[in-house]
Amino acid sequence: MNLRARRKLINSTALMLSMTAMAFGLFWLLWILFEVLRLGVGGLSPDLFTKMTPPPGGDGGLLNAIAGSLVMVGLATFVGTPIGILAGIYLAEYGQRGWLGAVTRFINDILLSAPSIVIGLFVYAILVIQMKGFSGIAGVVALALLVIPVVVRTTENMLLLVPNSLREAAFALGAQKWKVICLVTARAARAGIVTGVLLAVARIAGETAPLLFTALSNQFWTINLLEPMANLPVTIFKFAMSPFVDWQRLAWAGVFLITMGVLALNIIARVLFKEEIKR
Amino acid sequence: MDATAVSPAFSVTSDSADKTRKQQTPGPNAAGKSNRFGDTLFFNLTRAFAVLTLVTLAGIIISLFVSAWPSIEKFGLSYLWTAEWNPPMDRFGALIPIYGTIVTSLIALIIAVPVSFGIALFLTELSPLWLRRPLGTAIELLAAIPSIVYGMWGLLVFAPLFGEYVQPFLAATLGKIPVIGNLFSGPSLGIGILCAGVILAIMIIPFIAAVMRDVFEVTPSLLKESAFGLGATTWEVVWGVVLPYTKVGVVGGIMLGLGRALGETMAVTFVIGNTNFLNNASLFSPGNSITSALANEFQEASTGLHSAALIELGLILFLITFIVLSASKLLLVKLSRHEGAKT
Amino acid sequence: MSFAVARGREQSTISGNLDPALEHCQISARNFNFYYGKFHALKDINLDIYKNRVTAFIGPSGCGKSTLLRTFNRMYQLYPEQRAEGQLLMDGRNVLDRDIDLIDLRARVGMVFQKPTPFPMSIFENIAFGVSMHEKLPRGLMQERVEWALRKGALWDEVKDKLNQSGMSLSGGQQQRLCIARCIAVKPDVILLDEPTSALDPISTARIEELITELKKDFTIAIVTHNMQQAARVSDYTAYMYLGELIEVGPTDGIFIKPKNKATEDYITGRFG
Repeated sequence: MNLRARRKLINSTALMLSMTAMAFGLFWLLWILFEVLRLGVGGLSPDLFTKMTPPPGGDGGLLNAIAGSLVMVGLATFVGTPIGILAGIYLAEYGQRGWLGAVTRFINDILLSAPSIVIGLFVYAILVIQMKGFSGIAGVVALALLVIPVVVRTTENMLLLVPNSLREAAFALGAQKWKVICLVTARAARAGIVTGVLLAVARIAGETAPLLFTALSNQFWTINLLEPMANLPVTIFKFAMSPFVDWQRLAWAGVFLITMGVLALNIIARVLFKEEIKR
Repeated sequence: MDATAVSPAFSVTSDSADKTRKQQTPGPNAAGKSNRFGDTLFFNLTRAFAVLTLVTLAGIIISLFVSAWPSIEKFGLSYLWTAEWNPPMDRFGALIPIYGTIVTSLIALIIAVPVSFGIALFLTELSPLWLRRPLGTAIELLAAIPSIVYGMWGLLVFAPLFGEYVQPFLAATLGKIPVIGNLFSGPSLGIGILCAGVILAIMIIPFIAAVMRDVFEVTPSLLKESAFGLGATTWEVVWGVVLPYTKVGVVGGIMLGLGRALGETMAVTFVIGNTNFLNNASLFSPGNSITSALANEFQEASTGLHSAALIELGLILFLITFIVLSASKLLLVKLSRHEGAKT
Repeated sequence: MSFAVARGREQSTISGNLDPALEHCQISARNFNFYYGKFHALKDINLDIYKNRVTAFIGPSGCGKSTLLRTFNRMYQLYPEQRAEGQLLMDGRNVLDRDIDLIDLRARVGMVFQKPTPFPMSIFENIAFGVSMHEKLPRGLMQERVEWALRKGALWDEVKDKLNQSGMSLSGGQQQRLCIARCIAVKPDVILLDEPTSALDPISTARIEELITELKKDFTIAIVTHNMQQAARVSDYTAYMYLGELIEVGPTDGIFIKPKNKATEDYITGRFG
């Protein structure tokens, strides 16, 4: 076979394989979404949102788990976002040079990709042992620790995208640095930061591992943060691993809720970001 | 800060503009004390939270170390290569979970890297324009699905089919090859190390593919046109020019995927089989990973030593991911310096 | 301007009196049209590019001169929304034909771009990259070929001791000569230069211009430039384009000294553009 024919053969084979890879990737996405829909929709009923998690063989819903997840994710976002934004501002506006900025950036990257189960262990060691019991508050802290690095990273990136001419224009008016940051720079980067927060929420909404040793779970209704607190991911884990058909059906319904919620958050974040870029 | 000092920096370069900003912070003739007070306060406030991340990392390492101390003290380094995990007898060794973590992650990488490369190649060079955005978004959404969904789907939908069709097929083909065949032997249970590796691969494909696509997209079109201009085929352009040009980003993407795979809990715990007995090389066997051992046993850990041993597992996992991440950062710095010094 | 015209005249005495009737055609465009989606970018172009001559394309930016150049090796085909109609003849065959092999075409028609585009590999590999795609050469012959190309590209003396260094380590002017050498190494018939000096300093520009004059002994050269002095200095023929139309084409002397067309004259004398 001559050189050119061989090159063409290699080329078309590679491109064919590339197409196959794309089909392969899409295949899993569609299969997973299809199963989640098929099995999840079957478990949907008004009971899901009005009844507590049942004992095996019993009748029930996921109300306490949904409520617990909402409370913990909400609080963790509420606590983690300002911390992350402030640290991100430091990195972008003050820490571009110097060791503290560089080290913080590196460590933030490590926290960003740290296994979430390790974060759970950490919170177990510092909170659960000290408080002598699993609690909602420990779950909140664990989730907040996952929110912070995501928000730090996006805040810094988004602030760095703001053109320097904008800062200079504000300084030229005689504004103080902190006012420039708060009123001009951060505002210009607002859409990006909000997007980052939404993505962080989407990430913790489905996190199971860090809750296993912190909030644990609770079969009953509670919004007392000092008690173990029910939440969707751990409930799904427990129910899906069980041999009981009722529990598995509830687990599929829970997975359906989480998947739809997370996908919705992602899509909202995208749309929001695109709108802002357009303006 | 008078106008003359500032105005030259108003030109263009971000670097000089940056200096201007730096100079303004401690600006001595700024208008009065209240002015500086606000700035100082804000500066220290933001810095405090930056320092907080440092403290968190230190806290994680110290607290895990302290909690794991009974186990570290008792078993020493031999903990790393002892295969026995026996809670009733209080004897613990981490070999099997470490093996499971590393092997499942390797399987995941072996599958995910070429597939991701193919996807990125398709999205940047082959796909019709109108399909690029929707397909790219679909891949990114795949990355957003929580891992518990992968795990549950893996256990209840995928593993049974995997055991019924794929594993017997592998045993009948790859299993016949000497040496390698040992990896694909034994009963087809569905769940097991191989299954966990495959699920992990599906999970990390979108991460790696998205990063590769992003870096492929920033390859200057002039560079690609130069290669096409010499008569290169699409494949030669991508393999010979785009890939070398983007290697830093590609390595970064792969490391990101590896980090995910090593630390993933739920997708693995559902399907790995959760057993601490492993006496053959077959990837069909059930096993355990660090994360699945933690997820399954930690709540029920009876003795102090048991939970200390589990926490030591967590510490080891953290160190592994720490090393992988640091190594990739170093590699990236080295690679980019390699390029940068010669530009 | 007067300086450029003087140089132009000087050159015409070097290359002898140019008579299109005596030239050999390398590429001929006949009723050639080009579209970006619905935008009609090139309108009914008829033009000959002669063998072993330098043909320069001038005109205000957006006039279509780069677009035209990029059709000679069908580079436009990378972008699905772009299409060409008409005839572009090379050795009696229409380059636009479907059954023309793009690999062959691009081996015969090389191209150098606005900015230097060294590949992320060593200087040696940069040259060998293109060659190895078209010919299977043993190591020794490949080394000879690389040296030959680098000598032709007037770069050999500067890089002979560091062939294993990254192509990106060279200066901008050297990088551009590397790209020219890379293009030469494939032994094309035609070299397309798309504003090859627009990113370079005056000294590097002068070296490239010298090189172009040297190269036309072996190759047919088409150059797009926004610099009229450059066109006057290096080219034998000049084509003036405006808004996608070919306004005037002829020996460079004629175009610069006594353009037939009023629009060309306005552009050349700087009254417009």
